[in-house]
Amino acid sequence: MSAGSLGRMSVSDLARRGASVFDQLELLLPLVSKPIQYVGGELNATLKAWDDVQVHWVLMYPDAYEVGAPNQGVQILYEVINERADALAERTYAIWPDLEVLMREAKVPQFTVDGHRPVGDFDLFGVSFATELGYTNMLSALSLAGIPLLARERDEAHPIVIAGGHAAFNPEPISDFIDAAVLGDGEEAVLLITDLTRDWKSAGRPGGRAGLLLELAKTGVIYVPAFYEVEYLPDGRIQRVTPTLPEVPWRVRKHTLMDLDSWPYPKAPLVPLAETVHERMSVEIFRGCTRGCRFCQAGMITRPVRERSITGIAAMVENGLKKTGYEEVGLLSLSSADHSEIADVARNLADRYEGSKTSLSLPSTRVDAFNVDLANELSRNGRRSGLTFAPEGGSERMRKVINKQVTEEDLIRTVTTAYCAGWRQVKLYFMCGLPTETDEDVLQIAQLARDVIKAGREATGSRDIRCTVSIGGFVPKPHTPFQWAAQLDHVTTDARLAKLRDAIRADRNYGKAIGIRYHDGKPGIVEGLLSRGDRRVGAVILAAWQDGARFDGWSEHFSYDRWMSAADRALTGQGVDVDWYTIRERTKTEVLPWDHLDSGLDSEWLWEDWQAALDEVAIEDCRWTPCFDCGVCDQMDTQIQVGPTGVTDLPMPMVPVHAPVAEAATQPGS
Amino acid sequence: MAFSAGFSPHPKVSYANSAPTGVASEAEYVELGVTERCDPAAVRAALDDALPLGLDIVEVVEAISPDFVQRLEASIWQIELPGMGVAEVEIAAQKLLAQGEITVERLTKNGVRAFDARGPVVMLTAEPGSGCAILRAVVRHATPSVRPDDLLTALRQVAGLVPPAPPRVTRLAQGPLDPVGATVGDPFTPDRAPLAAAKN
Repeated sequence: MSAGSLGRMSVSDLARRGASVFDQLELLLPLVSKPIQYVGGELNATLKAWDDVQVHWVLMYPDAYEVGAPNQGVQILYEVINERADALAERTYAIWPDLEVLMREAKVPQFTVDGHRPVGDFDLFGVSFATELGYTNMLSALSLAGIPLLARERDEAHPIVIAGGHAAFNPEPISDFIDAAVLGDGEEAVLLITDLTRDWKSAGRPGGRAGLLLELAKTGVIYVPAFYEVEYLPDGRIQRVTPTLPEVPWRVRKHTLMDLDSWPYPKAPLVPLAETVHERMSVEIFRGCTRGCRFCQAGMITRPVRERSITGIAAMVENGLKKTGYEEVGLLSLSSADHSEIADVARNLADRYEGSKTSLSLPSTRVDAFNVDLANELSRNGRRSGLTFAPEGGSERMRKVINKQVTEEDLIRTVTTAYCAGWRQVKLYFMCGLPTETDEDVLQIAQLARDVIKAGREATGSRDIRCTVSIGGFVPKPHTPFQWAAQLDHVTTDARLAKLRDAIRADRNYGKAIGIRYHDGKPGIVEGLLSRGDRRVGAVILAAWQDGARFDGWSEHFSYDRWMSAADRALTGQGVDVDWYTIRERTKTEVLPWDHLDSGLDSEWLWEDWQAALDEVAIEDCRWTPCFDCGVCDQMDTQIQVGPTGVTDLPMPMVPVHAPVAEAATQPGS
Repeated sequence: MAFSAGFSPHPKVSYANSAPTGVASEAEYVELGVTERCDPAAVRAALDDALPLGLDIVEVVEAISPDFVQRLEASIWQIELPGMGVAEVEIAAQKLLAQGEITVERLTKNGVRAFDARGPVVMLTAEPGSGCAILRAVVRHATPSVRPDDLLTALRQVAGLVPPAPPRVTRLAQGPLDPVGATVGDPFTPDRAPLAAAKN
């Protein structure tokens, strides 16, 4: 299982780089489950000749193809890179254990699904981490590719391994395995990296591998962990993180893409042949969120809000449908009903596609009656999917702590509206283990669900209504006001959830109308270890992987005991353990492992917001109220980009692919 | 494109006798429902454009006769056995044909099923290939269908034939069975005939 088991590339092998391994792979495919996921050939996939370009990218979503193929981030970067004449991008996904075993036996390396080229042949290997639970799958891919697991053991024949995605905002736990990390939006970052790599190659690779890494680090927007030294205090906390070279900046900034209308990607979304988790086309209608939910890392690290205009959205929907043949369009964002023109967008799109088989959906919406109207508009074409609302906290007090500004009245009114509009089932999403939470806060979820059913029965006069309560365990994340919080231990989490389950089941009148879905608290502890870990956690990841950890996001593959025993072995003598990383509250003065990575948020503001949470004080959304000084716009020199554009009707006939940008859409404060 | 009625409409597409996973095919058939009369040549070109390389739409015919699927009575299979000599394969084929019935088992969605893999075999011959022996089989479609891997199971049971490497299987044709010539015909014939008549 050693990294070099597939053999190092010799110089004479360089000539044969990029050759397909499909002939060897094909022999293994009849022996594994769902072989179609490994063959590629999707509609709108791009395959370029290897020698026609100077820079070769392989992009990985570190999960199974069925989860990874629909990922927007990878699809966008794939297209942005492939549009360049001097570069190509191919994709690779995590290999299921059944094929992994056969590939090791037959010495077939990790391959791309596009050209079935060995991953080890590429110049740049980008891995998009939506979650920390993909870390072990990256190690499998590196190992199968014949790339040394440890970055310091790689040489010029190996790709530069670059992490991106939300989890890359604290890449310290994987800093041994990656060469670089990119924080924030990837579109411009991959172009910059491509430029620097091309120039370095055409200049004869000055300085070797380290030379290119230094060029990347000098930009100030690409993090190269090897150029930073971490020192620890005797009690295990970090003393300081310092650059080891004078050219390397003290802090690395995140990337922020402005003016979404000029980046209408993906223009030609991939249509997989295999079944995937999202059988629809997605159009991102805005990026960022300023609702200020304190638990939400996505909302904190993607600021400011940048909207795509109504004409830009319509053009992407029209063009994408034409190029794919999909019958469902999801209007994506962190909170889609918050788009300043969402009512016009929904009405116009519903009008345009009325009578066709095209349905529209808003995957993430907040709780209010307006959203029920929207959902009604969107389901005009017949198909009516479920409605999900996320109050997140069970009690009014809890919702103040997390800054989720929904009152019980709002929720009951919204859900009653939905029942009256014909929905028979709604889903309510909550979290358990939030800071300051007590059993009583979680038991309030049962009361809320009862009140929802009661009001629904009264309003509809029918007993045929249901609600499903779905509960996730809270994991504190870096770059949020809860980054200092203690995570709830899994024993207390499980006990609290059991009490809630018993309370719902014991209710003779309403219990049968309320479903409850939750998972045990153990996986959350591993996620917590990985998300707030430092460089010492790398040894835990390696030990768990060596012990067989794969596909940790899949309950049938995840093993808590394997992770705990790996942590015991790897952290021995370090003075820290899993509890230290997870259930320990941090103080204001502690150096956090990600403090040298700049998400734009002012750490003083984050701390104040953490104190406000403890005082149960809510803050408003800066889209509609004055700036609350989170720091992003000042530090990043960015601005909120929201409408309205003044355009309420879409031009007919169909708008062109590159719709002219409505000027007002890009002007802040209009 | 025609859609089914109901709560969640689906496009009317039906795949007849699709080849098993991991098997190549030169002869797959699919029936499409459309809402208006289309030019078959234009449909062929449009579908072929949308499909990935290697999935080729060879021909589109307007269905003017009923019971198309019933006309797919049998398949011709080509099974390449890398690393095997034609003589041993020939002997195994003869042993199989000499049996009246061979019960094989296969894991299906409903558990392990036992069925006769000999009865539907109309013809089985061996010929030499490059670096392999090639089996050619004409197999009547039955329920459950006897697939190439069932034939190989039967060959292992009656003749101890165990290929040293995974076989490469290709379906060469499907259509009405010609028992005399031990081959299959063109399943589109009834749909073509009136057109040909109209041209004359």
